Amino acid sequence: MSSVVQMNNISHKFGKTTILQDINLSINKGEIFGLLGPSGSGKTTIVKMMTGILSPGEGEVFLNEELMPSLKQMKRYGFMAQSDALYQELTARENLDFFGSLYKLSKSKRKHRIQEVMDMVDLMKHLDQPVETYSGGMKRRLSLAAALIHEPEIIILDEPTVGIDPVLRQSIWQELYRLKDNGVTIIVTTHVMDEAEKCDRLAMLRDGKVIAVDSPDHLKEGIGASTIEEVFLHYGGAAQ
Amino acid sequence: MNTWTLMKRILKQFRRDKRSMALMIAAPIFVLTLMWLVLDGDSKTLNVGLVDVPAPFQETLEKTELELTSMSLEKAQKEIDDGEIDAFLQWKEQKPYLTLEGSDPNTAGAIRNEFQAAAPNDPTKEMNVSFWHGSEDMELFDYIGPVLIGFFVFFFVFIVGGVSFLRERTQGTLERLLASPIKRSEVVFGYLGGFGLFTILQSILIAVFSIYVLKVYMTGSLVYVLIITFLLALTALSLGTLLSAFAKNEFQMIQFIPLVIVPQVFFSGLFPIEGLAVWLQAIGRIMPLTYGAEALRGIMLRDEGIAEFQLSMYILIGFVVLFTLLNIFALKRHRRL
Repeated sequence: MSSVVQMNNISHKFGKTTILQDINLSINKGEIFGLLGPSGSGKTTIVKMMTGILSPGEGEVFLNEELMPSLKQMKRYGFMAQSDALYQELTARENLDFFGSLYKLSKSKRKHRIQEVMDMVDLMKHLDQPVETYSGGMKRRLSLAAALIHEPEIIILDEPTVGIDPVLRQSIWQELYRLKDNGVTIIVTTHVMDEAEKCDRLAMLRDGKVIAVDSPDHLKEGIGASTIEEVFLHYGGAAQ
Repeated sequence: MNTWTLMKRILKQFRRDKRSMALMIAAPIFVLTLMWLVLDGDSKTLNVGLVDVPAPFQETLEKTELELTSMSLEKAQKEIDDGEIDAFLQWKEQKPYLTLEGSDPNTAGAIRNEFQAAAPNDPTKEMNVSFWHGSEDMELFDYIGPVLIGFFVFFFVFIVGGVSFLRERTQGTLERLLASPIKRSEVVFGYLGGFGLFTILQSILIAVFSIYVLKVYMTGSLVYVLIITFLLALTALSLGTLLSAFAKNEFQMIQFIPLVIVPQVFFSGLFPIEGLAVWLQAIGRIMPLTYGAEALRGIMLRDEGIAEFQLSMYILIGFVVLFTLLNIFALKRHRRL
């Protein structure tokens, strides 16, 4: 079976600080793959390498079996960064229209997709409002909408639900499940345990190393723990 | 294609961000006006003695703001010595000869402008100008106008272009852009294009205002002035966006002003540097503003055509190309491809 994302022997340093150490990951088509770890464990670095905006010091990243960075593969994923990468002066519609154009969507297609993604994140009422008037949670949702605008087959989300209330978080996860049912691969970083439970498979990170990869249930069974939190503490403790 | 997408977005942002737009157009005009109010000092009445000037020409002159008095040559020479009059005009061999007092460059420049305005194109009235006291000081005043136009365009485009590209970095949208199938060159060209369209408008407004409202001395072609101003703006834009790669925040971007902008003021001909050591003059040779100012001075003061200022023009184009390529290269730090 071919994997959608393949990371081989990745190591990376910023200056003299080692950020990642010998990471090997293989993400399958159509799964929700979670990267779980405390802040500073290297989640964002891994995600950036998948998108091709950061080249690993050592090792290789493949998307759909093509070595990154590749402009062709960049069309196939949608990326939601940790910071809300939005143009504050522009309205939501203008932001989405801009990002849609980058993927060469036709004008009518863009119009159609803007409606769809704005409905999805429940911001339709605020479509023509400048982003600077948005609240933090609204910006987060608009970022998600921008990542989905071109109907990507892979979605890479870096801490997507930070600053979003439980009701909306629930609806975002429902949306992610719906996308997964359509065959979309979803890669999501989080440090929230209950979100980690929702993933099909989890990679647990600590200090730039992958300490375990498996489904949440298997991880728990393996060490006889009842929550992911216990698993995390178990592996984290063992690594020290 | 993506370049155009980016250009459109930048123009939309400009429409929203009225203040930056104002900074790029109104601020240069405001500062230029202030400098002119200070340097021009036009409240003073200019006294001009007339020696044997034919009646028709005297009539033309009476339409000007000058205070005219007919007198003999000896009296004129005595009065100009005493500083009673600022200039005198005499007729020799059917031609006007203007003698300027010359110790105050502002006065001398103003009188010359008035005379040029009164008798602009008639070749028989081609005026001979001499200075009672020195002549070199006179040049300083005329030198300064074209340089200032170039300088303010350069300065404000540098700041606004640099900071807005920097913001693209700090607010994470550059990363977001590079995580889409846009080429690095398309990002840079999009910026050059979007701001470029805007700086055309800016160049026109500033040049037209300086020439027609402030009446900066100008004999050459407006189109040439616009070409050079626009090229200077593009140089500032490409340099500003390039240097923003080396700034972490807006504050660090502002720190480039004393390093990059201020030295250019000293070496670009705002002050005469002919007397300086060769190696000091060489510093000016690596500064874009030097070439912009030189070309603008040539066009505005000496009515130069493309043949004469083309070298400066090509060098400016060279700067734009160089900075743009370096910028595309600098983005490699964010994405190898």
